[in-house]
Amino acid sequence: MEDRSVIKKTYKLFIGGKFPRSESGRTYRLVNGEGDVICNVSQASKKDVRNAVVEGRGAAKGWGDTSAFLRSQIIYRIAEMLESRFVQFVQELTSEGVSPEVAAREVSEAIDLVVHYAGWCDKYQALFSSVNPVSSPHYNMSTQEAMGVVAVVAPEESSLLGVLSAILPVIVGGNSCVLLASYMMPVSAITLAEVVATSDVPAGVVNILTGMRSELLPVMASHMDVNALLLCSGEIEERKLARELGAENLKRVILRDDAALHQSPYHILDFQEVKTTWHPIGQ
Amino acid sequence: MMPSLPDLSQIPPIDQRGVEERAARIQTRSLKGEGKLAALKLAVSMLDITTLEGADSPGKVRQMCMNAMRPDVRAPEIGPAAAVCVYPSMVSVARKLIDKHASTVKVASVATAFPSGQAPLALRIEDTKFAVEAGADEIDMVISRGKFLSGKFEEVFEEIVQIKEACGDAHLKVILETGELQTFDNIRIASELAMGAGADFIKTSTGKVGVNATLPNTLVMLQAIRDYYRRTGRMVGMKPAGGISKAKLALQYLIMVREILGKEWLSSDWFRFGASSLTTDLLMQLRKQSTGNYQSNCYFSKD
Repeated sequence: MEDRSVIKKTYKLFIGGKFPRSESGRTYRLVNGEGDVICNVSQASKKDVRNAVVEGRGAAKGWGDTSAFLRSQIIYRIAEMLESRFVQFVQELTSEGVSPEVAAREVSEAIDLVVHYAGWCDKYQALFSSVNPVSSPHYNMSTQEAMGVVAVVAPEESSLLGVLSAILPVIVGGNSCVLLASYMMPVSAITLAEVVATSDVPAGVVNILTGMRSELLPVMASHMDVNALLLCSGEIEERKLARELGAENLKRVILRDDAALHQSPYHILDFQEVKTTWHPIGQ
Repeated sequence: MMPSLPDLSQIPPIDQRGVEERAARIQTRSLKGEGKLAALKLAVSMLDITTLEGADSPGKVRQMCMNAMRPDVRAPEIGPAAAVCVYPSMVSVARKLIDKHASTVKVASVATAFPSGQAPLALRIEDTKFAVEAGADEIDMVISRGKFLSGKFEEVFEEIVQIKEACGDAHLKVILETGELQTFDNIRIASELAMGAGADFIKTSTGKVGVNATLPNTLVMLQAIRDYYRRTGRMVGMKPAGGISKAKLALQYLIMVREILGKEWLSSDWFRFGASSLTTDLLMQLRKQSTGNYQSNCYFSKD
């Protein structure tokens, strides 16, 4: 068995529940510290972003209408599937240059993070909604609603944890997302797509692209059918670009550091719209 | 022209696989840049913007007419569409508004017991006359598929001749309802009958059955138009309808028309799209071309 040639995996995109190659046919080569080729990764194009947004838009309504408890169960399922692939994730992170100890710790943290956010699905509404005092005979209530399609540019310097900490608050809140993974560490993002695909997350809720940020960030930021953009980057120019292009459709632009986000329900609030209802008292 | 029953023995059989393969090849084509921009604008000018619902109201029809006259309020240079297409009862509403604006948009009306055609011929002729008197420039009639499928070709032919007569000066589009004709050979025969009987346009579908316009069935009809033109020297128009909701697909139809019939047919006088939601996608693509940004349909009118 030692002699058999190992089957190398083709790392593809994740759009609408399917694993297509980039429509452009482009790939880029991922090389480790020793100069060995780890794998070829799809290099997404503008049109792949467009296709992913179409899928995200199609899935957003259904996912937003899914009951909070069911969303919670589905996201918990992601943790179960991650657990069963623990070794694979550690190996992949190691191949990208992370030490085995750090990799094992990162995967453990990632799984715990998923469980943490799974729990928030049916709780953030109670935390962030309010009954407001008004000087007329009305009940006045503010509740949170999903925004729709959120584009996420994952941290460059963090792989699995970076991706998960960015997309979980988005999907917990009932949004769909189009994620651009780290250029240099995209492998676990695509393996994560395989996890998502087998976790009962409806097709199109999570879409994962790999490619160049300089090419795709402007497309995500200027896309009129994207409701919000999460950019994990410390680069001044990138942040400026996101805000300028996002202004065209008054996109909500959330800027974070180039690192995994700390777990917090306030990240869920980043991608919610407040809906206020007036209801007459005594009717 | 005098109607003349086509010689059915001279109608060539259709190579089903050949037609499907040719249509599939057209689907791999893509227009870019200037060509795309021109084709998108052309497609808007060829739209028969349609509403054929039980819930149609005068308000909805007026709104649709405004859209047809100026499809994109932020880009007045786009459009107008070729026509609006409504039920006979809504013709007068559309006529009044379009005349008021002195627009070039035509008023088309479905008639002849649309969509099934299952009514006595006298009633179907009445239906046609009613629409013409109400001010329709164009009549979209349906053929009797039941008669056609039971082989009564001459009766079908005769019906079209009589409806054409009832149209007077109004242009006649004959809907073959290709989704119910079962074979490409039947589509070809029905095309020949309609053209022989005096149709100004032949049209694929009502939009009310499972299969509406497709590239292959349109291809068969375009070939029939080409052969008829070579035989008689008379140009007949083509209108695919139903199921064309994306700009990309619409442009592929235009490519096919250009390939089979030539440039002369690339105008709203000879080619139309029967559609409702296609308008939005064409406008979104045009806006994408002018701004460079991918668009959202929530910034465009639905009706």
